[in-house]
Amino acid sequence: MVLFVIFCPIIAAILIMVGAPARKTALAASGLTLAATLFLLASFQPAQRDFQHVTSFSISPEWHLSFTTGLDGLSLVMVLLAAIVTLAAVWFAGKIDKYENAFYACLLFISGGAIGAFASVDLFFFYAFHELALIPTFLLIGIWGSGNRVAAAWKITIYLAIGSFILLLGLILLYQSLPIASRTFDIRALKAAAALGQISPDAQRHVYLLLLIGFGILISLFPFHTWAPEAYASAPAPAAMLHAGILKKFGLYGLLRLAIPLLPEGARHWTNLLVVLLLGNIIYVGLVTIAQKRLDWMLGYSSVMHMGYIFLGIASTSSLGATGAVVLMFAHGLSIALLFALAGELRKRTGTLVFDELGGLAKMMPFAGLAFGLGAFAAIGLPGFANFAGEIMIFFGAFKNGWEIGRFHIFQIATVLALWGVVISTVYMLRSYRKTFMGALNERWNGLVDLRPGLRVPVALLVGALLCYGFFPQSLVRLVAPAFHTYLSANKEP
Amino acid sequence: MITAPQLEIAVLVLGMVILMFEAFATKIDKRILAYAAIAGLAVVLVATFFVAPTPLPNQATGFWNFYTADRLSIFFKQFALLTTMSVLIMMIDYAPVVRSSFPGSPDGLGEFFAVPVFTCAGLMYLVSAIDFVFIFVSLELVTISFYVLVSFTRRNPLTLEAGVKYLVLSALSTAFLVYGIAWIFGVTGQTNLQRITEALANPNTDHGAALFGMVLVLVALGFKIAAVPFQIWVPDVYQGAPTPVTAYLSVGSKAAGFVVLLRVLQPFLMLPQIQRLLVLIALLTLIYGNLAALPQGNLKRLLAYSSIAHAGYLLIGVVCLDGRAVVFYLAAYLLMTLLSFAVLVIVSQQTGDRISDFDGLGKRSPFLAFAMLIAMASLAGVPFTAGFLGKFFIFYAAVAQRQIVLLVVGVITVGCGFYYYLKVIRAMYWESTAQMDKIPISALSRVAMSALILAIIGLGVYPQPILDALKR
Repeated sequence: MVLFVIFCPIIAAILIMVGAPARKTALAASGLTLAATLFLLASFQPAQRDFQHVTSFSISPEWHLSFTTGLDGLSLVMVLLAAIVTLAAVWFAGKIDKYENAFYACLLFISGGAIGAFASVDLFFFYAFHELALIPTFLLIGIWGSGNRVAAAWKITIYLAIGSFILLLGLILLYQSLPIASRTFDIRALKAAAALGQISPDAQRHVYLLLLIGFGILISLFPFHTWAPEAYASAPAPAAMLHAGILKKFGLYGLLRLAIPLLPEGARHWTNLLVVLLLGNIIYVGLVTIAQKRLDWMLGYSSVMHMGYIFLGIASTSSLGATGAVVLMFAHGLSIALLFALAGELRKRTGTLVFDELGGLAKMMPFAGLAFGLGAFAAIGLPGFANFAGEIMIFFGAFKNGWEIGRFHIFQIATVLALWGVVISTVYMLRSYRKTFMGALNERWNGLVDLRPGLRVPVALLVGALLCYGFFPQSLVRLVAPAFHTYLSANKEP
Repeated sequence: MITAPQLEIAVLVLGMVILMFEAFATKIDKRILAYAAIAGLAVVLVATFFVAPTPLPNQATGFWNFYTADRLSIFFKQFALLTTMSVLIMMIDYAPVVRSSFPGSPDGLGEFFAVPVFTCAGLMYLVSAIDFVFIFVSLELVTISFYVLVSFTRRNPLTLEAGVKYLVLSALSTAFLVYGIAWIFGVTGQTNLQRITEALANPNTDHGAALFGMVLVLVALGFKIAAVPFQIWVPDVYQGAPTPVTAYLSVGSKAAGFVVLLRVLQPFLMLPQIQRLLVLIALLTLIYGNLAALPQGNLKRLLAYSSIAHAGYLLIGVVCLDGRAVVFYLAAYLLMTLLSFAVLVIVSQQTGDRISDFDGLGKRSPFLAFAMLIAMASLAGVPFTAGFLGKFFIFYAAVAQRQIVLLVVGVITVGCGFYYYLKVIRAMYWESTAQMDKIPISALSRVAMSALILAIIGLGVYPQPILDALKR
């Protein structure tokens, strides 16, 4: 079943390239993928901590390399996110003017690669699947992008290529830090080896730094973030949805998967550096976001900024913070996908996303205005949306780390500053909402039509998921928390 | 049972038969000769799988201890045969260009198809050579046949220039090789690599003089593998030579150079200076090859610089003394380079060999564009292609040896690589063109290209067959 979820989009992409009807095949494939994921969700046993539905094919016995797939709570949540966002992105894509087949094939390749990465138990394939997205992204931005698409496409491709090769060096170093007999890329075996203390503290520090830089580039950690806003602003909306919604979560998922169980010493050693960088994401990039004059750039920067909260959860190395990070990853993926989708629809209708030229659009497009408002509230982290649940868990988890009465340590300071980030995101989200949908209607936009009923389905899907997990975050926590309890149980209150 | 030296003899006989046949049967379509050569080489290729390799590496098997048939050499004999067959297929596609360059005169296609067979025999001897004398002789067999091939369409001034450059610089490098061999022979009194190792282990040997001789040999091999600073000839010769010959040069000549390098380095490993020197050459090669490739607008020239860049990655493997990583990378390099040249041969006859001539190929000829996409993705190092695994094994060896400088430069140059390889993809898919007619592809080329695409992806997912073939 896991194999089906991975290969359904990829096979559909190949069929589309060969000549199957693009949109129908893509919709069917992503629908089937979501259905299969929901089936996996229903049949998942949270009590069992190990990977479930494991299948394995040996690739190279000499290198202990095998194509192993399976799901635990953490990866299941990510696969669910990927399946939902893929369906929404394909649904929003609509009719494409040129190379329609190639467009849908690229989308499905990205999605299949992301699902494959999340569902891989073997680090080699975890890495390789993620890279499936590289060339499709380049083509998506280059062929169907807008604005400064040429520079954006080069930038994202070269950044991600270098980032992923740094990551590869980190993974190789991790592999080589084990004794020769037990070298493997299998996460389960790596965890067992780490539990036996086979990864020396020195190696942990080196590997963690390489992973932090490699994943950091992929996640757009400050100061490696400059590729992201430009790429998202130029990319066609479905590509931005997939990239900001799913692919960026790959790096965070990797840190949660590797750094916490395998490299606790590395994480401890680099905590201060990571906290400083993530505050750069929250405060510096947050302020930059406020200064944006275009909706698409604003959304691009905001997605970079929100990575800071998730990093805070990961850096807090507390079970609560890490679980909150996963919840926020899930929620952010949905909300940013919704916002990019709506921005894309606006661009299709108006041809511009400059705030000064927009205004009052809620009169012509009430449904779009409502949906954008909900997405913006979710992104700010209003209670009732899943984002709120994630953020509050992260803040509590981070604040509790190293807490002493009467004295603030780095995590307490970081939490206070990060809380200001919520204010910053309120400012830019509400401001962009006002400038786009409220105020006086520009004469030019008198004839605009609202989203057609067909497009309300994916909006409802995204908002529904956000609200559902916002009111019942426990159903996510129940899946995710066991993955961290083993490793972070020592991190209780003093 | 077939013994290893019979393979080369068979290939040489095949070449002579084709030459004789060409001389007496003047009326036939010369392409029949190419098909005959391909078929003959295919038979030899099948035969290589029935040759039992010697149990030990570098173990002598014939020709007065000049010759070994270890696993490495058998693997590279297959490699040479496959390359030659692919090059011959490209040459069939390229035949109209050769014919049009000799207007009025009887066409020289016969030799065009026969000479590569001799080159192939030279390459097969070379990978088995474990004695400096034999290394020299087989290297000359390869080089002299390339003199003919590089300047084959000699009416074209660019080709003529390439031929002269190749001739002069090759002759120079040969001189270095002979001089280096003479020094080593003078110090150790031996030409056999095994006995040189023993002689160098003796503390009374003059290591300084041996080192000098080895440096001269490295210079000569540097020419063959296109390592900086001996790469000056590469861009002009690659651009000027007939395209299939360029492919042959960049794959066959380079692979043979690396096999010889791996063998020749064995005796000299006890001298630490050699490794430092190799690190320096690898760094220069990586930086120069990748940076110079960035601004290229001509695809043939771009591939020339990329071949320098790949020599840099291969040298990382040589520095780390990881023979299997080098060999795997060479195998991947063979597949992806041949595929890109195969597409180039067909497209350049229609439009040209600049990158902008590939504009809109995605619409004009989806199959060719897809083949080029796979070749470029693999050259750049995208996972699930053979090129990625090649880089993976090379970087693995470098991490194991903690070659930090090489790794840092390696990662940066990979980033450069993504830029210039994706430039080709960009031209094919982003840009559009006025010419919309379909480009014809012969059935044989289509089959060969499909096989290469499958092999690139297959090895990228399942590398075990090649790793097994090299297991000691």
